[in-house]
Amino acid sequence: MTNTAYVELLNLACGALLATAVLILWRRQFAAIIRWFGVQGLALASLAAILAVHGHDARLGAIAAGVFALRAVALPWLLRRALARAEAAAVQPQRETRPLVNVTASLLAAAVLTLLAYAVSQPLTALTPASPAAHAIPLGMAVVLIGFFSLVTRRRALAQVTSFLLMDNGITAVGLLTVASTSLLVELGVSLDVLLAVLVLQVLTGRLRETFGSTDLDELRELRD
Amino acid sequence: MIDALILAPIGVPLLGAVAYLLIGWRPATAWLAAASAALVLAAALALAVARSGHGPELELNGQVRADPLAEFMLIVIGAVGLLATAASPAWLRGEIAAGRATARTAARHTVLVQLFLAAMAAAVLAASLGIVWVAIEGTTIVTAFLVGQRRTRHAVEAAWKYVMICSTGIAIALLGLLVLNAAAAHAGVPADLDWAHLVAAAPRLDRGVTRMAVALLIIGFGTKAGLAPLHAWLPDAHGQAPAPVSALMSGVLLSVAFYAILRVKAIADPALGTGYCRSLLAVLALASLALAASLLIGQRDYKRMLAYSSIEHMGLLALGAAAGSAAAIAAVLLHMLGHGLVKGSLFVSAGRILQVTRTHQIDDVRGLAARMPLLAGCVGFGVLALIGFPPFSLFASEVGIARAGFATGLGWATALALALVLVIAAALLTQVSRMLLGQPDTAPQPAGTGTKRATDGLAPVVVALAACAALGVYAGPLTTLLHAAASVLSGAGGLGKS
Repeated sequence: MTNTAYVELLNLACGALLATAVLILWRRQFAAIIRWFGVQGLALASLAAILAVHGHDARLGAIAAGVFALRAVALPWLLRRALARAEAAAVQPQRETRPLVNVTASLLAAAVLTLLAYAVSQPLTALTPASPAAHAIPLGMAVVLIGFFSLVTRRRALAQVTSFLLMDNGITAVGLLTVASTSLLVELGVSLDVLLAVLVLQVLTGRLRETFGSTDLDELRELRD
Repeated sequence: MIDALILAPIGVPLLGAVAYLLIGWRPATAWLAAASAALVLAAALALAVARSGHGPELELNGQVRADPLAEFMLIVIGAVGLLATAASPAWLRGEIAAGRATARTAARHTVLVQLFLAAMAAAVLAASLGIVWVAIEGTTIVTAFLVGQRRTRHAVEAAWKYVMICSTGIAIALLGLLVLNAAAAHAGVPADLDWAHLVAAAPRLDRGVTRMAVALLIIGFGTKAGLAPLHAWLPDAHGQAPAPVSALMSGVLLSVAFYAILRVKAIADPALGTGYCRSLLAVLALASLALAASLLIGQRDYKRMLAYSSIEHMGLLALGAAAGSAAAIAAVLLHMLGHGLVKGSLFVSAGRILQVTRTHQIDDVRGLAARMPLLAGCVGFGVLALIGFPPFSLFASEVGIARAGFATGLGWATALALALVLVIAAALLTQVSRMLLGQPDTAPQPAGTGTKRATDGLAPVVVALAACAALGVYAGPLTTLLHAAASVLSGAGGLGKS
């Protein structure tokens, strides 16, 4: 792969990451949110693949395959299954009905957060100024921040889980873009933890529906001081 | 031999979990869990004695490493684990008798508790900070269903908040680890996030990147350690979890998460100078103490009261870590052990009160001293220990932390912290004296709760409180280990100043 092609593909993949993050923040229908989350997993896997091909790195290739299996296939499938169950229970419409921040304000926040991401990533990009991947780190950081924002403003359980995973995708992207390899054991452990955490949250979502009759997290206000 | 001792704290609870999976929970197997925890404690003690608190660090395939700090943490895990698992059979029998649990729930509970112990042991023994992270997030996953075990609205709500907030906090720590890894790769450190390599290479790490990584790591692991501002899950989870699990979560899990902060600090100090971590930790400490004080004053739920007191003690640990001298770290570690024993005892006793009175409310519990003198005695002495009365070891460690604070130039912060500790002590004493003293309700409540005697399962509590008092009088050979562990951490701090 020529250097220009590498840089262009890299920017394309990172642009797709950020665009899908904004779309997830924008859309209210759970089905659409999950679809874009799957697309983002795909973008993340291609990012890893591009880095692997460019660096002739078999380890990164394996990681790309793992990212694809986990974030483009397994997690969206789990989310879709949770959505199907929620639809079967059919107590509420399957969309974010009353988010804390409206659409316009959310999109404005995403813009501000992207700027903020550029500011906070400064030391990281300065660390390896010659690497094109390092210059894309702010985009990964922006996905982390948008995921966090979405996490604190969404009120439905499923939307919150997806926001958490959005943030996690951003963290993975930052990890990939710093091009500092970690041991395979750590990568495996991290992926396993994410998968298990989502499974646990899915079971808890079911229990929320059983005990509260809805998955509206505003209902969770019995424990407080 | 030493290899076996290092692997036992992870392997024995794993075997225990497999055993319970296969044979289930019944009166004959009830004590297996305690035996497994006792083996963990024995292995930790034997390991500390065999390596006598110093000597070279031991690695096993490079993944597992025992140093004095890890050995001390294993002792804390083993001791509080033994307390909680020894109190479990009586608690589970009480729950089954009251119809709130079945033998199946009990089996699942025990399997998860064993996995929980294994995950905590793995967290302190792991050589790589990456594996430390994986193990700490693993504790969130195995304890999620323990918190939500009762499946009531409260329990499910607490479990949701627990998993969501802790996973988010720990995700922040993961970002910090990846950023730290970038700095390490730039400095030519092997890519395994091994903390010993990172400490050795710390002076060469890029300052800007390391500063960012350390802030993310301290806030992230601080979430799991219950430090403000991301503490919101703690009172809910510790208040709703079954008593033995609350004991473990409050008594050791918080300390294990704090252990990760100590490891991060050992890397940060030589890389950034001691000032950075110190100000960060001092701010978190004061915020946690202020929060605990303000919410303890009007607290109406006694389990939440104990949970807020845990936030207070984590704040004290953070203050000691901010001071950072060898004496301060030794006091912090002693405080972890003392707090673990006392808070574990109090949560086990609170579980007993809950089974007998069936209420979480402080106002609904009256005259415990007249009705159940032994239980009331456990709670009374436990709270006295908690607020730092001598001879309990928390007195010695709190004095140690305060002295170190004044000696290392944290005078104002320490003075403010002591004032907040006094407020908290007054609040705790007032609340608990209302529960213990006064006229008992005339309604004959205790008899019909399906539990044979109120003193069931309190023997471990008495032993733990006595051990805490004994530690306060004479720490004996433990002192050597404490100082060896402290020099592991503050030795790095000395390097930063040079």
